[in-house]
Amino acid sequence: MEPLKKNKKLDVVEILKDLDKYEPRRRNWVWRKRAEDQHMYQFEYHELSEPLKQSVPLPPAKFLDNIDPQPMQTITTEIASGRFEDDIRRMRMAAWHGADHLMVIRHMGQSHIDGLMEGTPQGIGGVPVTRKQVRAQRKAIDLIEDEVGRPINYHSYISGVAGPDIAVMFAEEGINGAHQDPQYNVLYRDVNMVRSFVDACESKKIMAWSGMLQIDGAHNANATARDAWKVMPELIVQHAINSYFSERVGISPDLISLSTVPPSATPAPCMYLDLPYAVALRDFLRKYKMRAQMNTKYIQSSAREATVTHVMNMFISKLTSADIQSTITPDEGRNVPWHIYNIEATDTAKQTLIGLDGIMDMIELKKDGPLRENARELKERAVLYVEEILEVGGYFNAVQEGFFVDSGKYPERNGDGIARKIDGGFGAGFIFKRDEDYMAPVTAHYGYNNVEQYGGDPENPSALIGGCTFEDHSKIVFIDELDPEDCVEKRLEKVAKYRTGECITPEVEWCGDRVIMLTMMLPAEKRVAEAAAVELGKKLGLVNPEVINAEVMQEAEGTRIELKGKVDFDIDLTTLDVPPEPYVMSDKELYEEFEGHEHMKVVCGTVGDDEHSVGMREIINIKHGGIEKWGIECIYLGTSVPVEKIVDACIEENAQAILASTIISHDNVHYKNMKRINDLAIEKGIRDKIIICAGGTQVIPEEAVKTGIDMGFGRNSHGIDVATFLAQERQRRRGEVPHGFRPEDLNPEE
Amino acid sequence: MKREDDFEVRRQHLVNLTDEELYDRFWDLIRQVDEPMLKLGYENTTPSVERAVLLRMGVSSLDTQPIVNHCMDHGLMGKGAGHCVYKLSKLEDISIREASIKLAKGEGWDKVVAAFKGGK
Repeated sequence: MEPLKKNKKLDVVEILKDLDKYEPRRRNWVWRKRAEDQHMYQFEYHELSEPLKQSVPLPPAKFLDNIDPQPMQTITTEIASGRFEDDIRRMRMAAWHGADHLMVIRHMGQSHIDGLMEGTPQGIGGVPVTRKQVRAQRKAIDLIEDEVGRPINYHSYISGVAGPDIAVMFAEEGINGAHQDPQYNVLYRDVNMVRSFVDACESKKIMAWSGMLQIDGAHNANATARDAWKVMPELIVQHAINSYFSERVGISPDLISLSTVPPSATPAPCMYLDLPYAVALRDFLRKYKMRAQMNTKYIQSSAREATVTHVMNMFISKLTSADIQSTITPDEGRNVPWHIYNIEATDTAKQTLIGLDGIMDMIELKKDGPLRENARELKERAVLYVEEILEVGGYFNAVQEGFFVDSGKYPERNGDGIARKIDGGFGAGFIFKRDEDYMAPVTAHYGYNNVEQYGGDPENPSALIGGCTFEDHSKIVFIDELDPEDCVEKRLEKVAKYRTGECITPEVEWCGDRVIMLTMMLPAEKRVAEAAAVELGKKLGLVNPEVINAEVMQEAEGTRIELKGKVDFDIDLTTLDVPPEPYVMSDKELYEEFEGHEHMKVVCGTVGDDEHSVGMREIINIKHGGIEKWGIECIYLGTSVPVEKIVDACIEENAQAILASTIISHDNVHYKNMKRINDLAIEKGIRDKIIICAGGTQVIPEEAVKTGIDMGFGRNSHGIDVATFLAQERQRRRGEVPHGFRPEDLNPEE
Repeated sequence: MKREDDFEVRRQHLVNLTDEELYDRFWDLIRQVDEPMLKLGYENTTPSVERAVLLRMGVSSLDTQPIVNHCMDHGLMGKGAGHCVYKLSKLEDISIREASIKLAKGEGWDKVVAAFKGGK
């Protein structure tokens, strides 16, 4: 496919073409590389990774040479709206803001499907992860990573009763990272525990071969337990069980990552609770990587509150360590995340991590006191936890007895843990002992495998069949669609008018979803405010208005409301009038014009009975970016200058332009003054030799020009706008095509 | 089970361990928890493990579960579902893919069963 162009939409239809032939260019996970040059603009940094080729910097960058420094941490964002084709465009936006770990959450219930899903059905609570969906997104991400100039890690989940099947498909299709943790299956998906661990051996072996990064599922205990901050000893144990297991199956420790989350949130004293835990965990699990997740347990519908929690979580990442900084979209507490919130979350991570660049060169964590004492206590509690697992006969017995996700701070027990039966759960009773002649002629197969009976090589079992799909991609059977109605092509047909640029309508997650959000303060108590907001939405013509966030300002005085709803119309792009962006010349062009040609002198002043002087001074004064900067000589006559005087001064000074400031506008006196200047210039025979401009807060350029002068400048005009006009007008009068002019500007009537 | 926090009592054997000794003890215990489960994985297989073998052999995902079902019905999971496909391809001198399509339809299993019985 053609490389992406930054000002052209990514065409999903093109992505879907020839998918059956697409081969991923790599399988392995890629970490960010430290930048050799730690300087940007006037700053010295300490922990930057290599910059992007193209990106969207943080808003204040416009004052700082548009730099977009990238932290060392890989930044994750989870994108899974249920329609993967729309997620592709969101992935592109996220990559431009600095995300390089794109995670796809699976469709609700997929972990209980015994086998691979195929085709591209629409998902609920996530995306149905299928070969076609994965291949299409991988292909798109390959283009996006070329565009931004940094490898992007693509990630999903290897769990449920089809874990090994999915692991094979991921390895074949170039997925670079995956969640894999048999404990997650057991505790939260009620998959049979023996089955989960036997399957995990195979899945992990495949991941090891593929170079995938593995992330565990322990953080879910935090999100599930009643008192999340009490499960810290158990979290350490869960991380360790999966990490050791993975390493023994063959995954390299630098590709084994914990998914760790600061367990508490304000108004709890979260730093005091969470920092010792972070220190204890990073001590015991020091061999492995840290993916710092955000706290989701306590997230409510306020995006502001969620963002502050996330920033505090990232402070812990910086005080300790994080190899991957995860982000949770701040709207997670109110809906399936919208486009803009993935971008917000990515920006929050980038902003915080760059803001804390080099912080540990200046401060350090104390070596004694409550931090170390609490960390030691947590580690001891974790050791005691594992001792008791062994006392009751091992992991399976411990799960059966409800050891895990108990809300007591171990060794305290509340009796509310999740208990599962050794012979229960999904997929129970399907464990088969391998016979002496058991054989599997494939690469990356875990466990006993008697290929020798056929003269095979235990180091290369797939040689028996001339290589498996891991060696020969063409052996993969690509299945396109199973349901001709519930598929991506049908969905794209329905929104064709938006994709072709015929129409536009708002979009929060899906092309053409038409959802908008309104923010308002209603001066009433919460129930009244919520009801009034819905009524207001209806009166505005919104379809299905719904309050998605309400925060009390004061019980009687008011409620802050965020309301979503759908508009019931499109905007026709074929007839939409988009005014061109005002053109300004570059410094170089302006210097060339005013220093390289005839010297330019202007007379200026505030005309009429008008004492305002600030605006004119800003237009001319070099300190305020005024026109003097480019070598224009300004003769300033002051305020309340009679119009006759400004025209006479122009003649006396032999100036080439008049700049008149006209702030007072009662009875249109500002336009009357402009007309008089123009008339006087004609009377005195200089009109064709000079340029006349006028400006002021109430000046509308089109109206000003009607008085006969050359140009008017309204509110928010700056020196550069005036300088650009003067330069263009000089060029036009010299018979040149002025800089920045397009052919249609020269003959607007034709 | 409900239990009061008896940390101070339980921890007595850990109190005098250095941080490094505590670290070593932790990982020794984790090893003891995990090793039996690794052994289970080494010695056993499951329908999903076998489907994953079949996929790598170039079998269609639509055929993997039918093959595993027939394999279980014939009591051949201990041999491996991929092994059954391999066996039929050798017996009939056909490709792995052709053998897999037959077995998914329920054809050829008698031959495979007979071969395994006579084989050892």
